[in-house]
Amino acid sequence: MRSIELAKRNLKEVRRDPLSLGIALALPLLLLLTLQALGGDDVPFLTPTLLTPGIVLFGFVMMMFSSAMILSRDRETSLLARFLTTPLRSSDFVSGYSMPYLLVALVQAAVLLVVGALLGLEVEGSLALVGVVFFLMAVFYVALGMILGAALTVAQTSGAYAVVLMLTIFGGAWFDLEQIGGVFLTVGDMLPFKHALDATRAVMADGSGFGDIAPDLYWIGGYTVGAVLLAIVMFQRRMLE
Amino acid sequence: MSDNPLVRGVGLWSAAIRVGKEEVERGRPMSALHDESLAIRMTGLAKTFGDHVAVAGLDLTVPTGELLSLLGPNGAGKTTTIKMLCCLLRPSGGTASILGHDIATAPLAVKQVIGVSPQETAVAPNLNAWENLEMMAGLHGIDRQRARRRAEELLEVTGLAHRAGDKAKQYSGGMQRRLSIAMALVSDPQVVFLDEPTIGLDPQSRRAMWEYISGLKGDITIVLTTHYLEEADALADRIAVVDGGQLVALGTPDELKGNMTGIPVMVVEASNVTPEAFMALQQVYPSARRIEGGVEIEAEHLSIYEIGDCLRPFGVEIHSTAKKHVSLDDVFLELTGKELRE
Repeated sequence: MRSIELAKRNLKEVRRDPLSLGIALALPLLLLLTLQALGGDDVPFLTPTLLTPGIVLFGFVMMMFSSAMILSRDRETSLLARFLTTPLRSSDFVSGYSMPYLLVALVQAAVLLVVGALLGLEVEGSLALVGVVFFLMAVFYVALGMILGAALTVAQTSGAYAVVLMLTIFGGAWFDLEQIGGVFLTVGDMLPFKHALDATRAVMADGSGFGDIAPDLYWIGGYTVGAVLLAIVMFQRRMLE
Repeated sequence: MSDNPLVRGVGLWSAAIRVGKEEVERGRPMSALHDESLAIRMTGLAKTFGDHVAVAGLDLTVPTGELLSLLGPNGAGKTTTIKMLCCLLRPSGGTASILGHDIATAPLAVKQVIGVSPQETAVAPNLNAWENLEMMAGLHGIDRQRARRRAEELLEVTGLAHRAGDKAKQYSGGMQRRLSIAMALVSDPQVVFLDEPTIGLDPQSRRAMWEYISGLKGDITIVLTTHYLEEADALADRIAVVDGGQLVALGTPDELKGNMTGIPVMVVEASNVTPEAFMALQQVYPSARRIEGGVEIEAEHLSIYEIGDCLRPFGVEIHSTAKKHVSLDDVFLELTGKELRE
């Protein structure tokens, strides 16, 4: 598998940038600890069980940025052009660039869940189901990173990151969306973040099963498959301009 | 197809991979049609960007083992041509094939046999020279042992062996360039494209690079773009002079120089060339013109004695006289009416 060769290089890039890696792992953790301490047990959505899933998803958005940046940089330095003259297919490129960031995203999620558990997080339902949702969302955000990296310059990527971070407001992780309602709820329902948050919270807090969260899963799955396919198509177009 | 989004996702992935496989199979060389002695064939190869014609229908063949230099000023269409041959750009017209593989219908087969050093120094900055080379070999599907051996050779030849363990971003510009070229060669390609391999190098590194590229000649086919005339002159078996996306001349360096007007030029190094002395010289040689440190005369019949007779009475000191050799610079000027600039 030639995509493994590409993944190896990208993994090295991740490991040799300990500052970025450290921030990617520490910042969500810090957020979890701070917000949890702020809310205590008085604010329901800041209790570990309801708070942690949002932080996990926030961490994935950070990985989206990292994956978009490396791709964008490789484009600007012509390293990608060099890779494009080797016999790799678009799907090899997408998987080769995604895998290391997907790996970090999943490690990050695991660390957050473990720390959350130490703080009192409980999983009433199936942990595997929570894992499936998180996995799909990690794939979604890293694929989104591929799309941004394939289309934007390094400078533009930072702007796009800010926009995606802003959009997480509609996800409901930072305040109770139901109380605000209106446009926030409508927009949130059209984006995958809120569905992933609702689904994981339901499984963890209420013990919901696959059938209960199926509508959310369709949204998430749709977005994920769409993002991966779009990333492959973008690479195909990059490969031959 | 299943309603389960996971199953659907996997299905689409494998569909994408299947399409890729067909690409490879279609890419088998058409041995019956492929002339073994030809490495590259371009027929009416053209590229336009909107209204701008970058390459205007190139017809060119490159025999196996030749080093062909595409020579021309910036914007002549050299890089665009290379990018089309490397399957990075879709031609607007015409066709091209590398070792019998059509660039449009069999890009994966083409990519299997080529090595490319892009104009920009494209190395992975956080990887050391070893890792950069092994990465490229891996992407070409070369097994680890062979890659290691080849990388070792290349590090030796490019003089990077002593710094092979340092990250590429710590290298000087010249070292990065050498690594970049080594990366194009590590997969043992049969056809190599070197796009401006010595751009931005100091004269010493440039000479070293020339020596290195000369050493590669013979076994593999090389297409090298440059806007340095000395480079084309020193390295190329044949030179294709391109300007405005068109082929304006093709031949060996000597053939190209031989096509010049052939009027000899004498360069006279002299000091104290007063206006009076210069006027006296012009009466005999109307083509005489001042150059830095002396005069230059272009004439069918030249006599150093006559030149001396014109200048000496006015106290001019003549240090040397020499017939100027026709350079590719002159060829280029004559062909395109332009001078090559950096």
